[in-house]
Amino acid sequence: MTKPITREQDLASLTGNNPLSMKAERLSLFYGNKSAFKDVSLEIKSGGITALIGPSGCGKTSFLTCLNRLAELTPSCKVSGRILLGNRDVQALNVISLRRQVGMLFQKPNPFPLSIFRNIEFPLREHGVRSREEIDRIVEDVLRNVGLWDEVKNRLKAPALSLSGGQQQRLCLARALALKPEVLLMDEPCSALDPISSAVVEDLITSLHGKYTVLVVTHNLAQARRIADEVALFWVADETGQLIESGPVAQVFESPQHAVTAAYINGRRG
Amino acid sequence: MSKNSPTPGQEDELQLTSTLKRAVTRSLPLWISSLQPAELLPTVILWAVATVVTGALLWLLSDVFWHGTGQISWEFLTTSPSNAGRDGGIAPIVVSTSLIVGVCMAVSVPLGLGTAVLLAEFASNSSGLGQLVRLSLDVLAGVPSIVFGLFGNAFFCKTLGLGFSILSGGLTLACMVLPILIRSTQEGFRAVPEDYRRCAAALGISRTAILWELLLPAAMPGVTVGLLLGLGRALSETAALIFTSGYVDRMPESLFDSGRALSIHIYDLAMNVSGGEPHAYATALVLVGFLVLINGTTSWLAERFRQSKIFVL
Ligand SMILES: Nc1ncnc2c1ncn2[C@@H]1O[C@H](COP(=O)(O)OP(=O)(O)OP(=O)(O)O)[C@@H](O)[C@H]1O
Ligand SMILES: [Mg+2]
Repeated sequence: MTKPITREQDLASLTGNNPLSMKAERLSLFYGNKSAFKDVSLEIKSGGITALIGPSGCGKTSFLTCLNRLAELTPSCKVSGRILLGNRDVQALNVISLRRQVGMLFQKPNPFPLSIFRNIEFPLREHGVRSREEIDRIVEDVLRNVGLWDEVKNRLKAPALSLSGGQQQRLCLARALALKPEVLLMDEPCSALDPISSAVVEDLITSLHGKYTVLVVTHNLAQARRIADEVALFWVADETGQLIESGPVAQVFESPQHAVTAAYINGRRG
Repeated sequence: MSKNSPTPGQEDELQLTSTLKRAVTRSLPLWISSLQPAELLPTVILWAVATVVTGALLWLLSDVFWHGTGQISWEFLTTSPSNAGRDGGIAPIVVSTSLIVGVCMAVSVPLGLGTAVLLAEFASNSSGLGQLVRLSLDVLAGVPSIVFGLFGNAFFCKTLGLGFSILSGGLTLACMVLPILIRSTQEGFRAVPEDYRRCAAALGISRTAILWELLLPAAMPGVTVGLLLGLGRALSETAALIFTSGYVDRMPESLFDSGRALSIHIYDLAMNVSGGEPHAYATALVLVGFLVLINGTTSWLAERFRQSKIFVL
């Protein structure tokens, strides 16, 4: 099997087909009467890796779920403000097609209780990919992309839940990649994994650079520094989450503008 | 052993107790002798309780087997009853029962699944309608069957003009089975981790596909339990059927004919027909066999459906 691994993606980078960026404008979110975060304006740059850091409960997960409108599943949740994918308001997009373009990786690896193959095939079919050969090809492509192909190629029919935690998380990433998203949201994708699996997933995220617009929540500042181009710090103030500071990694880590940022990245608070 | 060496008398005693201990240990099964003393009493109690419960059931079943087996023959299963059921067989009764149960299931399974899906997945827990329906179902599940019988008689037989018929009986049973079926199916849905719904939604999968491909198979154990409990209730029902499907022990020609269910036949033979006991036992045995058969098939089908979709959670 010597065929090129990621033909479309190589092609995409050759033709300079940049992934869409995302932008939140004055975004606020309430759970009932409780404000989770408020007035957040943040641009997630095309093809870049943006890290979202901040202490527990400052609304990072909630922010992520606004971007693919998953927050709508929580009945008590109310969102105000505007979110743009490229230059289109996400509220104006069909929610199914929005979620195809904006993939998500959760903190806990959560493959479906299906076979490894079906885990990738099921969403693909739902999005209209019907041809057997095409599905087979995409499954192989994405599994190779996440470095799982050699580990599972002989047991594609085995239950996905029989994989190790790290393998499950990579399968979830493969599943998201199969839909050819523009943006990938990741909620602490390494925090449930052991150090080695965590490093593998981290390398994978780095390899997405330029091909996808990535927003990754992490509690690991060293990791944020290693993988991200941009970093945004959320903080709880006035009983609600707020965006304190954002900018290129070097700037935020070397010369933070805000005293809270300086204290947080030096490990004195949070 | 202790620090000071034991006196000769104590030594004897020690030896005696250790021999005793070894003897006891050897005579008991390994797992009991390995228990801590504190665990022994609860273990014994639990086993005693379990034995009493299974014992009662086994006694009942063996009684039915003991008296019933001799009566059962191919002829008994394939001929019509004669002499008020003392002679002949139970063929029309088996057919009527199957038809009644068939009608009941054909109506209650789709309705029950639909309602459960609506309640569990589409009506929010706090919504007024959802709560009202849940409450009504719980009340309905506890209503005595004779009340269902009277309702069925008034509504299906009289108002809808179906008369004493297999159809009326099946529909009345469906009313009885529905609450059980809906509630346990709903519990089945609730047992499915919320993660699957969120994760599937995040992949842009439609609600219908999530329901059909993930939730329903994962909720299958609950559905099966509900179905089996419901079927058990339907098959063993007398009170609700006397007023609706009636008493007639002829072979039914259509769903609009009256037909006698197995349980009513047993009741009649045991209570109203002197000398009917042997055939009552035989019919009871057939009923038990019927239940086992239906339960087995239902579980098997449900498991097949689940396995064709998902792996065990
Ligand atoms: N479904 C919900 N209903 C009500 N309140 C919620 C809900 N989800 C989160 N919250 C609240 O919103 C606030 C922000 O939560 P969120 O999960 O977004 O924080 P986070 O930054 O992701 O924290 P962590 O780092 O621990 O994951 C918290 O105070 C939390 O209690
Ligand atoms: Mg979180």
